[in-house]
Amino acid sequence: MGGTPAIQYVIHIESYVSSSSSEAQQAASVDAIAVLLKNDLLSLETLVREMEMYLTTTDNIIRSRGILLLGELLMRLMSKPLGDTAISSLIEFFTERLADWKALHGALVGCLALLRRKTGTGMINRSQAKAVAESYLKTLQVQSLGQQDRKLCLQILECLLDRYRDALFSLGDDLVYGICEAIDGEKDPQCLMLIFHIVELLAQLFPEASGPLENFAGDLFEILECYFPIHFTHPKSDDVDMKRGELSRALMLAFASTPLYEPSVIPLLLDKLSSSLPSAKVESLKYLSYCTLKYGGDRMEKYTKSLWSALKDALFTCPQSTLSEDSDPIDGLGFHESEIMTQALELLQVLVRQHNDSFLSLILGDGDISTFLNSFSQFDDFNSLSTQYKQRLHAVGHVLSVCIKASGSSCNKVFESFFPRLVDALRLSVENSHGIVHSTLDANFNFGALYLCVELLAACRQLVVSSDEVASAHDLARDSWCQILRSFCTSLCNVFFCLIRASCVESTWNAYVYAAVKGLEILGTFPGSFISVSKLMYENILLTLTSIIESDFNKKFLWKAALKALVEISLFVNKYHEDEKAAIFNSIVKQKIVSLISSDDLNMPQSLKLEAIFDIGLTGKSFMHSVVSELEKTISANLSEILVHGDRRLAGLTPGLLECYSNKVLPWFHGNGGADEVSLSFAINIFTKMENNSSLSLEAKGKELLGAAMAAMKQAMTGCSVESQEKVLQKAIDVMETSSFFLSNDLILGTDLFNKNTQLGQTSEGLSCRDEWITSLFASVVIALRPQTQIPNIRLLLQLLAMTLLEGHIPSAQALGSLVNKLPLNISEDCSLEELIDTLFKNVMWRNISIGKEGNDGGAVAMSNPRLNSLNSHAVIGFAWIGKGLLMRGHEKLKDVTMTFLNCLVSNEDQGNLLPFNDQMKDPAKHKVLCLRKSAADAFHILMSDSDACLNRNYHAIVRPLYKQRFFNIMMPMFLSAIVKCDSSTSRCFLYQAFAHLVSETPLVAVVGDAKKVLPVLMDCFLILSKDISHKEIIYSVLIVLSGILTDKNGQEAIIENAPMVIRRLIELTSYPYVMVIRETAIQCLGAMSELPHARIYPMRTQVLQAITKALDDPKRVVRLEAGFNCIKEYSLLKARIAPTCKPRWDCVDKQACYYIHMLHPCKWGCQTWCFNFNMRKWSPEKGGRPRVFGSCSSINVLANGTSTQAINHIRLV
Amino acid sequence: MVSELINANPVVYEKKERRDRGSRAVLDEYAAEPIDQLEIFDHIRDIKDPEHPYSLEELKVITEDAVDVDDQRSYVRVTFTPTVEHCSMATVIGLCLRVKLMRSLPSRYKVDIRVAPGSHATEAAVNKQLNDKERVAAALENPNLVDMVDECLAPSYA
Repeated sequence: MGGTPAIQYVIHIESYVSSSSSEAQQAASVDAIAVLLKNDLLSLETLVREMEMYLTTTDNIIRSRGILLLGELLMRLMSKPLGDTAISSLIEFFTERLADWKALHGALVGCLALLRRKTGTGMINRSQAKAVAESYLKTLQVQSLGQQDRKLCLQILECLLDRYRDALFSLGDDLVYGICEAIDGEKDPQCLMLIFHIVELLAQLFPEASGPLENFAGDLFEILECYFPIHFTHPKSDDVDMKRGELSRALMLAFASTPLYEPSVIPLLLDKLSSSLPSAKVESLKYLSYCTLKYGGDRMEKYTKSLWSALKDALFTCPQSTLSEDSDPIDGLGFHESEIMTQALELLQVLVRQHNDSFLSLILGDGDISTFLNSFSQFDDFNSLSTQYKQRLHAVGHVLSVCIKASGSSCNKVFESFFPRLVDALRLSVENSHGIVHSTLDANFNFGALYLCVELLAACRQLVVSSDEVASAHDLARDSWCQILRSFCTSLCNVFFCLIRASCVESTWNAYVYAAVKGLEILGTFPGSFISVSKLMYENILLTLTSIIESDFNKKFLWKAALKALVEISLFVNKYHEDEKAAIFNSIVKQKIVSLISSDDLNMPQSLKLEAIFDIGLTGKSFMHSVVSELEKTISANLSEILVHGDRRLAGLTPGLLECYSNKVLPWFHGNGGADEVSLSFAINIFTKMENNSSLSLEAKGKELLGAAMAAMKQAMTGCSVESQEKVLQKAIDVMETSSFFLSNDLILGTDLFNKNTQLGQTSEGLSCRDEWITSLFASVVIALRPQTQIPNIRLLLQLLAMTLLEGHIPSAQALGSLVNKLPLNISEDCSLEELIDTLFKNVMWRNISIGKEGNDGGAVAMSNPRLNSLNSHAVIGFAWIGKGLLMRGHEKLKDVTMTFLNCLVSNEDQGNLLPFNDQMKDPAKHKVLCLRKSAADAFHILMSDSDACLNRNYHAIVRPLYKQRFFNIMMPMFLSAIVKCDSSTSRCFLYQAFAHLVSETPLVAVVGDAKKVLPVLMDCFLILSKDISHKEIIYSVLIVLSGILTDKNGQEAIIENAPMVIRRLIELTSYPYVMVIRETAIQCLGAMSELPHARIYPMRTQVLQAITKALDDPKRVVRLEAGFNCIKEYSLLKARIAPTCKPRWDCVDKQACYYIHMLHPCKWGCQTWCFNFNMRKWSPEKGGRPRVFGSCSSINVLANGTSTQAINHIRLV
Repeated sequence: MVSELINANPVVYEKKERRDRGSRAVLDEYAAEPIDQLEIFDHIRDIKDPEHPYSLEELKVITEDAVDVDDQRSYVRVTFTPTVEHCSMATVIGLCLRVKLMRSLPSRYKVDIRVAPGSHATEAAVNKQLNDKERVAAALENPNLVDMVDECLAPSYA
């Protein structure tokens, strides 16, 4: 061992033992020594020798610190192997030290550390453990110690019981007695946790009845008893509840640990169950369930009567279930089950399972229940039932269900004793004396019987479902309940049908309808083939439910319930593979429901039809497939009707179908597989339709229909695989070739269309209806293509789209954008992306312009070209979408696009033309150019904003990370220099518009980074753009950017620099007449600015206050509210820091008696109030109040100049 | 501070339901919304009582009916009812009302604040004090009073 560590550890020991060092230092010392020990730089033996003085000194404090150090070190060395000798001498030392109450803490820590050691690293042996226990029992008075030490003591005890059972066993009575003594009267929750565990372990140590535990069981229970139920009188923190749960569980385990406690525990719990405290009831029930299971049937036998009466009390006499707030009844009655109810039912189930017949006979023979059942006939009308009666009904229903669910035999018993009676009661209310069913129902229907019947059925069904998966038909058939059910099935069903038929629109019937439909659902989903429910009945049930869906859509509640029941039945059929039932279900429900789509029945709202179809379709793939094929068929049939005959009625309906298809059905297939085939067949189908119709005429609603069709087409294409997409694309191209413009212009593949036919753009007046449809659908296909999809004949495709784009067809532009975004860089050997883009540029942008200086390479064009005005503004928009595609993939051709736009914005055509904007607008030629430039400015909006229609991740677009930020960083310097150079006001205006679009769509982080450069431009934007009403949206988005900058720390610096300018612009905007939100936001920004450094803001104070005061009179309330109070207050407060004033005292009645001067020290922010006392003719500083900064004499003189002459004289006196 | 509360145990009433003014989306951009009784009441209903952690509305010191407003003639009168007759907090409550309205209403308005007739021992004196411009201005430069007023007004800006 080297000398250095030796010196080190001695220092650490001294530091730890010394009472002058801080806690942190002490902890550091322990850690340091532990590290030395762990790394074998120091042996434990050396350490102990070195510490001898500390461990044995007569000074209590030093000794306890020394022992504690050793204990703490052992705690940290748990995983380090130690030799037997070391262990034995250490444990001997600590065992002996347990008697040293003045230095106990360290000894406890050390003992615990040694006891907790694991095998393999050197454990203490049995005799040593026993010695520890003996010393513990002999010397320690646990309850007289502090909380920390108590906890350690209990942990030692727990550890001994847990890990050294053999050693403790021989201690017998002494141990149990000692434990009783140690745990008696504990109040700390953490210690209690340990105590409960100790009691549990103790029971495991002496499991047999005639052991030491027997003598002390009464004592131990007495100690534990007072903790039940766990309840904190002084809850301190939020985790109390969690701890309460843990404690309660630990106590429960302790209670149930040995049957020896049974004679005391059960009476206690029964007693507490009758308490009025709900939490005590819940706890008792919980404990009872657990203990009943643990103590076993024999021991519990004697309590069954008292348990049943206690349970009955909890369930019937004072049920705490409350009516739910929802208008829809949840279980027919609309009760929320209380915690007590849940626990009581759980206990009931345990008891019924454990005692089976004996307990069941208690229930079945119970006088109260049978009286209640007999009283049914007195309460007939549901609406006149009292809440109390409903609660009872609810409780009885639950009790019987629990009995049924407990086992097959109990189910039999319950059915035998109640079911026939109930069904008879039901039948009586439906049939007249001759056994003929009433055609109408009166209000005297026996609701109680109905409710209980359904509850029993549900419970019985659950029993079958939850018992063995393969409850064979034979087993079922043998059960008597099954036979009973079978015999009553028909009459039950009749009752239900009758109820449903009688139901009307009113909500008073909802409870009946709910129960009846629920009953049918249960019978329809009864497992075990047709054992209990006959085939005929099953068919009847399905027929009834389906006919409700078809015809009773006016009865909303009934309709929804029936739909839900059908969904459940369908799910059941799919889950349990009952083939026969599935076949019946398919033949009855499936066909009818599916045929709803194509039915011409106009009475039923389309939304309901679609809801029914979709909900039932969700239950299985095969069903959904038939739904889809029917939907598709109907859509295509409708389309041909509409397209050929212009059927207006269908034109109104079909968009709904298409929406359902694209928003619900297709996403389902995406999630569940099979989207590919479905989408493919849909897309091909639509295109075939288009191909076959050579002429189209659509008037109103055509746009809506086209929109829905495009959305469906896009949605379908996104789900297609690459191969399917290729097929659809080929089909689409084929259809495109039938379009009129394709045929009229002999388009030759690969040639430059527009060089040949320069007249096209000017002569055409938009697309014909059919062409528009074909092109839009085609564009939708292209928009949603995957990047991997092979595109045949790409040149032709680009030309087609370019051509339609020039007619002002926006989807074509979006399709072009998507194409350039997704095409691979090298499409084929003779064709690269760059080349294609060049051609495209040429076609779109410059087809009418003889290209200037740069020649034919498709680069940026100088807009000084005199023939600029022949350019089409559609082309600019198209160009913007193409640019967006390039921008998102980060292609360098983007530069050409943006340069073109920039040139367009600053083109100097109107150089020297000093006419105002409005006058220029009057000249048609100029007007056209201005429109063009406006489009160029708006193009930046298209470039930067996110679009739902195309070029997003849904449509497989290639998106380069942070592309907006990059673009902003490139464009910003260009704009700044262009703005500086620009000397035409019109161009400037366009530049600002474009820049505003750019900034408002850029993520705020990027803008804030360049806030200092951007801010002045933004301010000019406000100045220039606010003159024209058409720019209100741009102004708002820029204002939002400004408020973003204001909230950022870096941004604030830039704002501070430009504060006067920013404030001036904001003041102007507070009176912006056109948009309320702009005024509101401007005022908010001003409010936020009041927090900026005083020196910068103060000079603007008066103007701001004036503006805000004016805003208080704003016609809009929201603006007034925003201007009021806070904003005014912020700026008024600035005033208080400067001006000294002389005013009479606020609260004196005689104004002359006393004047106050409020003054501010101009350098130090504070104020001093001086008081002039007229009686004494003297000024003096005000006494009391809060401490303030005093001003110097000279400052008082200066400040007093503002006051009356009289005051000045007196101030000079001071 | 006040060692003994003037009204140690005030009656607390329920708050009136806030009336919704309709969603902002459907608003006509140019339609004027004149200042009305409810708007004034909305300004002052949440002012905290100087003594208790309740709003003036909850203590029924002010009610909606106690506000008279004439937007054309730019005139507002608020009549408040102190909880007890000898309430020395009446002036502070009045001051809070005045400050709040001063800061929330356009300058064209004349604000008149009164104690409800018969509800206060020194009614005339309080009314005079509350409507004396000079003394109100003085009060607003007294840091103690301003702190007190600001504390009362703090929750009313929701």
